[in-house]
Amino acid sequence: MPYLVLDRLTKRFGHWTAVDELSLTVEKGELISLLGPSGCGKTTTLQMIAGFLDPSAGRVTLDGTDLLAKKPSQRGLGIVFQSYALFPHMTAAENVAFGLEMRGISRAERDRRVADALALVGLGAFGDRYPRRMSGGQQQRVALARALVIEPSLLLLDEPLSNLDAKMREEMQVELRRIQRRVGTTMILVTHDQAEAMALSDRVVVMNKGRVEQIAAPQEAYDRPASAFVANFLGRTNLLQGVVRHEGGAPEVVVAGARWPVGAEVPAGPGVITVRPEKIVFVPEGVPGVVQARVFQGTQWLFEVTTEAGPLTVIRQHDGQPLPSESECVSLGWRSEDMRVMAGTARAGAS
Amino acid sequence: MTAVPNAGAAAPDPAAATTPPAAGAAAPRLWAPYLLSLPALMLFGGLLVVPLAMTVLLSLNSFGFYTGIQDVWQLGNYIDILTDGYFHEVFLRTFRIAVSVTLLSAVLGAPEAYVLRRMNTPWRGICLLIVLGPLLISVVSRTLGWALLFGSTGLINQGLMAVGLIATPIEFMYTETGVVIALTHVLVPFMVLSVWASLQRIDPQVENAAVSLGAGPFTVLRRVVLPQVVPGILSGSIIVFALAASAFATPAIIGGRRLKVAATLAYDEFLNTLNWPLGAAVAVLLLLANILIIVGCNRLVERRYKQVFE
Repeated sequence: MPYLVLDRLTKRFGHWTAVDELSLTVEKGELISLLGPSGCGKTTTLQMIAGFLDPSAGRVTLDGTDLLAKKPSQRGLGIVFQSYALFPHMTAAENVAFGLEMRGISRAERDRRVADALALVGLGAFGDRYPRRMSGGQQQRVALARALVIEPSLLLLDEPLSNLDAKMREEMQVELRRIQRRVGTTMILVTHDQAEAMALSDRVVVMNKGRVEQIAAPQEAYDRPASAFVANFLGRTNLLQGVVRHEGGAPEVVVAGARWPVGAEVPAGPGVITVRPEKIVFVPEGVPGVVQARVFQGTQWLFEVTTEAGPLTVIRQHDGQPLPSESECVSLGWRSEDMRVMAGTARAGAS
Repeated sequence: MTAVPNAGAAAPDPAAATTPPAAGAAAPRLWAPYLLSLPALMLFGGLLVVPLAMTVLLSLNSFGFYTGIQDVWQLGNYIDILTDGYFHEVFLRTFRIAVSVTLLSAVLGAPEAYVLRRMNTPWRGICLLIVLGPLLISVVSRTLGWALLFGSTGLINQGLMAVGLIATPIEFMYTETGVVIALTHVLVPFMVLSVWASLQRIDPQVENAAVSLGAGPFTVLRRVVLPQVVPGILSGSIIVFALAASAFATPAIIGGRRLKVAATLAYDEFLNTLNWPLGAAVAVLLLLANILIIVGCNRLVERRYKQVFE
């Protein structure tokens, strides 16, 4: 039985629809990411679940009960805000204790649970510190402990790592995942960072302009994006223009002279091919192109290649094999299972 | 000014320049800050420091009805003030009024600022203008307006009697109550602006965070918002207290001749009794007391809310 159900949740501001009939079911203990560019409605969705915004239409049920009927202060959700929103006039321990105090929990019990929560996020020795005396990562951990200590039925995280530097962000990703495994709280994470969403979540909900584009496990969404938008948003991708042919034998797609077999479900006519940069290899015979630029990135080389079907980005591992140099003519190829073909033109698909 | 001819002389004939160019360039740079702040320094020196020093010196002179101001140095005026019950009463009244006005301003102004911040755009501007209104009206006409309202047949008393809240008119004119109300009216804007400024610095999500942790609206205000606006209330209080303690026009008009405060007392000593040294001593003591009280309170609250102030 699903734990959290969002049923055609909609939010309109005047004539503008921020969230358009979003439906989603979340199992208990799952970590789900709402992923999308800014303005796609992911934070609005989170605020509706939290109760800071009233939906224009739709229902939210948590564990069988109607969540929208409850006041925000009665919902019992843990929320980690993008700005952390710690109480600056309270120490870390007082911050964490606030929620327990509101629940009228006795002092001794409170102290014990605060100490446990701070230890869980690795801040056991920092209880007496004021937020201003802590680094961004430490403040982040206090915010997490404050949200977790009330044993929330659901933990909402609003861009929790976006204010941290790259190294700290990676550390916190691992930390978040560890804590999630340990406490088993159901979590909804809002993020615009596809790497973060893929690293942390059991499933990702890719959103665009208030609508859901795809709900899938991270790897599946990456390998089999449901739309050009998803393909583009989840990591780098190449969009190529090709032609799908059905006449004479098996259906095939032709990209600048090179051919690949294609499923019969793709209609004949112009087609958009998406293929990931790291799946493209230099082959003796394939799509002809000219290397415009190559950039060394440490573990890998990045190539910009122009072809008849459009510009291509190619990523090759830096593993000692000979690679083409700039302005060299090359042929490119990829395995048919690494590409996706959709009807349409590349320009329309990209927009 | 000195830098320009220097540079002009050095440029056409470098060989003739006896000083190294570096020194010529360094001198104006060294003087620039002083030259730039000279107008302000002159203003402060000429209009604040010098008159203040003269007032202090004047307060040490003595005065006789038949001899006028005597150019002697003594502490007689201060001893008079510190030992005479009449002066005690005036100073006590001054600070009682100032404290009442400050407390009233905080009680009215802080919630007012909070409400204003939560208003939507068209109303916020209109209400802010209304709040700041008193500052736009001349102090004398505003106070005379209050005098009209306050009279025994004034609008306030007539209104209160009409609804049956009181049987006989309340005395507002020539009472501390009247002075406190009229002063609060004009000084509340300073509190509102000051609290407003510190409200702006609060992360709006902090209130949501408290709500999500189970706090009701009143608890959010008391435990989360209020402690964070304490610096604003404090700086507003300092302004209001200082202005209320040294206010002249309002106590003079509403308080009249009998209900004296330190400022009107000093005025009378100067212009009626012509005892300038005593008036100067009153003014100096008012200034000292003001400074002591403000600095003391500031220290106390800053220590209590150390984390919010940093």
